[in-house]
Order: sequence, then C-alpha cells, then structure tokens
Amino acid sequence: MFSAYLDFIRIRFLMMLAYRVNYYSGILIYTLNIGVYYFTWQAIYGSQQTLGGFTADQMTTYVAVSWMARAFYFNNLDREIANDIRDGSVAIQFIRPYNYVFVKMMQGLGEGLFRLLLFMGPGMIIACILFPVKLPTDPAAWTAFLFMLLMSFLINSQINIFTGLLSFFVENNEGMMRMKRVLVDLFSGVIVPISLFPGWLSGIMKFLPFQAITFLPSSVFTGRIQGTGIWQVLGIQLLWFTILILPIFLMWRSARHRLFVQGG
Amino acid sequence: MVFYTSLIWEYMKNYIKTKLTYRADFWVEVLSDLLFQATNLIFILVIFQHTDSLGGWSEAEVVFVYGYFMIPYGIFMSFINLWGFSERYIVKGEMDRVLTRPAHSLFQVILENIDPPSIIGSFVGAVILGICWVQLDIPFGIVELLVLIVMVIGSVMIYTGVYTALTAISFFSDAPTGILPLMFNIQGYGRYPITIYNRLIQVVLTWIAPFAFVGVYPASYFLDQEITKSFALLTPVMGIVFLTGGILFWNYGVRKYRGAGS
Repeated sequence: MFSAYLDFIRIRFLMMLAYRVNYYSGILIYTLNIGVYYFTWQAIYGSQQTLGGFTADQMTTYVAVSWMARAFYFNNLDREIANDIRDGSVAIQFIRPYNYVFVKMMQGLGEGLFRLLLFMGPGMIIACILFPVKLPTDPAAWTAFLFMLLMSFLINSQINIFTGLLSFFVENNEGMMRMKRVLVDLFSGVIVPISLFPGWLSGIMKFLPFQAITFLPSSVFTGRIQGTGIWQVLGIQLLWFTILILPIFLMWRSARHRLFVQGG
Repeated sequence: MVFYTSLIWEYMKNYIKTKLTYRADFWVEVLSDLLFQATNLIFILVIFQHTDSLGGWSEAEVVFVYGYFMIPYGIFMSFINLWGFSERYIVKGEMDRVLTRPAHSLFQVILENIDPPSIIGSFVGAVILGICWVQLDIPFGIVELLVLIVMVIGSVMIYTGVYTALTAISFFSDAPTGILPLMFNIQGYGRYPITIYNRLIQVVLTWIAPFAFVGVYPASYFLDQEITKSFALLTPVMGIVFLTGGILFWNYGVRKYRGAGS
C-alpha cells in the first residue's frame, strides 16, 4: 500500500521534470525579488546596526534563504483540490482504494522534491554568487535547517489542503485561496521578518502557524537562533504540524456527507 | 465609434449577468485583491517603523508614490486582463472566432475579459494619495489635477502597451514563455525610490520594463525630489511610444497567426 503512495511522489516528480523549462524563469524571478529586497534593506539599514535582531548581513541571508525556501515549499494543492471538487472528479477519488488527502500530500512531495533540486538548489547558488549571503558554518544549523525546511513544506501543504477542502463548503473558493496566499506570504515572514512587525502584531503571530513556514527556519539559517533555541522552534513546528492534522481530518470526514458537484 | 460604444455596453451587461451567479464571492474577491496589493503597503509601513528615510524619501513620500501607483494599476487591471490569453484564445482556438468579427481583435479580447471590480483599487489609491497630499502640504489646483490625469493616462498606456506586446508573443509560440509572470513581479518595483537600486535595475525599470513610469517618476513631479523630476514629464511620451509599439506588434502577430488547428 505504501509503495502506491511512493509512486505518486515519483509520477509527480517526473511530470514536473517534463515541464522544467517553465521553472527556469522562476529562478530569475526569485533572484530578482531577492535583489530588490536586498537593495531596499541596504537603504533601510544605512547607519543602523541591527533591526529586529538582524544585522544587515543576516538580513541579506534571511531574504535570500526565505525566498528560495518559498521556491521549495510553494505549491498549488489548494487549487488542485478545489478544481477536483468543482468538476466532480473528487467523486471518483472517493471510490478509489486510497486516501485522497494523503495522495495530494504525496503529489505535493513529488513537486517539492523537484522544486528542491531544480529550483531552490540552483537558485540558492545563484543568490550566493550575486549577493553577500553568509551560509551557516555550524553543521548542526544545517541539519536543523534542512529538517525544518521539510516541516515548512508539510505545514504549508496542510494549510493549502485545508483551504482546498473548503471548496466542499463554499461554492466559489477563488477569493479564499487568493486571500490565503497573501496571508501566508505576509505572516510567514517572507516579505518582512516577523520580529520587525509592531509589538501587538508579532504578539499575535506567535499564536499562528504561519511563522513556522518561513520565519523560524530562516532565523536558524541566519544564525539568529542558535543552540537550545533550535530545539524550541523545532518543537513549535512539530506542534503546529500535529494540530493542523485535526481540522483536515474533521473536514474530510464531514465533506463526504455533503458532496455537491456543480454540473460535473 | 458608436458601434464600439454599443459593444462596450453589451459586454458590460453580459459581465454583470455572469457575475450575479456567484454574487456572494464578489466581495471576497475584491477584498483579496486589495489585500494582495496591501502586502507592499504593509512592507512600507513596517520598515518606516524602524527608519526615517528610505534613500532620502520620507514615509509620506513613499506612500504617496504607492497611492499614485494604485490608480493606473486599478484601471489597467479592470480593462486589460489578458492573463489567460494563450490558453483560451490560442490553444483552445477562440481567436478564430474573434477574427471573423468586424471589430478590432484586441478590442474584443479586452472586452471579453474585463474585470471592473479592480477599479476599486484605484479609488483606494486615490484616497491614499489624497491623505499624503495633505500631509505633505503640496499645493492642489487645476494645474496639478490636469497633470495628475495626464500622468495616470500615460502610466495606463505604458502598462497596456507592455502587456499587449507580451500577450502577442502567444501568436508566435503557444508554449508559456515565463515572461508574463516575470513582468508581473517586476512591475511592483517601480513603486520604490528608484535611486536605492543599482544601475542595472534602474536601467531596466526606466527603459526596458518601464514600470518606474507607473510609480516613482510621475509621482515625483509633485514631490521635492529633484533626481527623478525630469523623468516625470517623460511619462506621457513613454506612454504613447509603448502603446503604439504594443498595438503594432499585436497587429503583426494577428497577421502571422495561423490557428492551432484544433
């Protein structure tokens, strides 16, 4: 049974590989984004030493690794699920001898693997050449970061699956999905590190899962969080991963009783 | 002209009919669009909590540019919504249907894809611009209003020209080129003080993908920023150049178009 799920990873990976040309421009776009934010932050730092606990050098690294991590964990599982629900093909998925949500997660992993090897990897090398990015020297930081990156992917995918499954309950999910994308980019810390938010907002962020997607792993990568602090942020990620399983499970269970196909 | 005006009216009626099927989601979509644009505003607001100036520009000035940008951007997004062109018109062959009709093909394609709710962004932008206008104590008279209108028209023309040309690439190749998403990412950077970037990005934003003319250049006409003021008056000129170029390239593409054979 498990090997069937592994096949979904393989198939999606090969499918992505067939369309790899589409992602070359993606590397360019992400590098450009890093460049623009790099120059903006340079202008902001000016004479200041640290902002929100980041030195100017750390901020450069933070921007580079955050965008490139986004290149890895980003996927459109929400859109895929919403489309399956809208055109009715989810009905076929129900009668197949596997769990649809797991299959989606596996397909996401296949895509993630592709993005890691052909998007984030080369992108990170280019970013290191163009900008003064300081890679961590501590092997522990590397190990922790790679594991946290996997958790970022899982949590982001969970949020995507959750948003996608909302299509069972609302007829047109488009606005929700767009809203989710903005919220994740904003609150995960890709655009601004959470520690720079005004106090009340960063206080709220501590109780939301978004920080686990970008801010925490990138903080480890830049060396802003070290030693035992790493275990703590890792714990936060694991906690959110566990918590998010519940709403997905409940939604999936109640969705089966109220499937409503629009002209499918 | 009467013919084209009546077409606009008919397309509008059709648009409203289709929208009313999903009316509950209308406001969610408008809100999510605004939120999408707000990310950059939030970025600006957050960084100015930690600094007083961005490359010599104050917070009110940077937000002023941002508010200006939202006006042409909202107009552009309402009327020029060509994102799915290659997929819908080339791959699925709908371009053949368009070409059999008497109205200009670009005009029809634009009208079939209008998205009027995006104009709300323009109003929000105008309000933001107005607030900063008062804060910065800029004089406001009939001359300023006229200049503002000319600038906005110029910016919309640049936008339209660039995206028309890029969309017309689909006539030559139906494979996604990745240029459209690239442009979509670049366009936002014309909103920041251009002098903070290095020379290469400045040249790109001024002459190649001239999105600085949709934000920082025209807005600086009203501000005390000598560096870019000389460029402000170029906005309508660039608008005419890019729009003409875009339409000519579109017409050339239509002549070369052979259909996908579907």
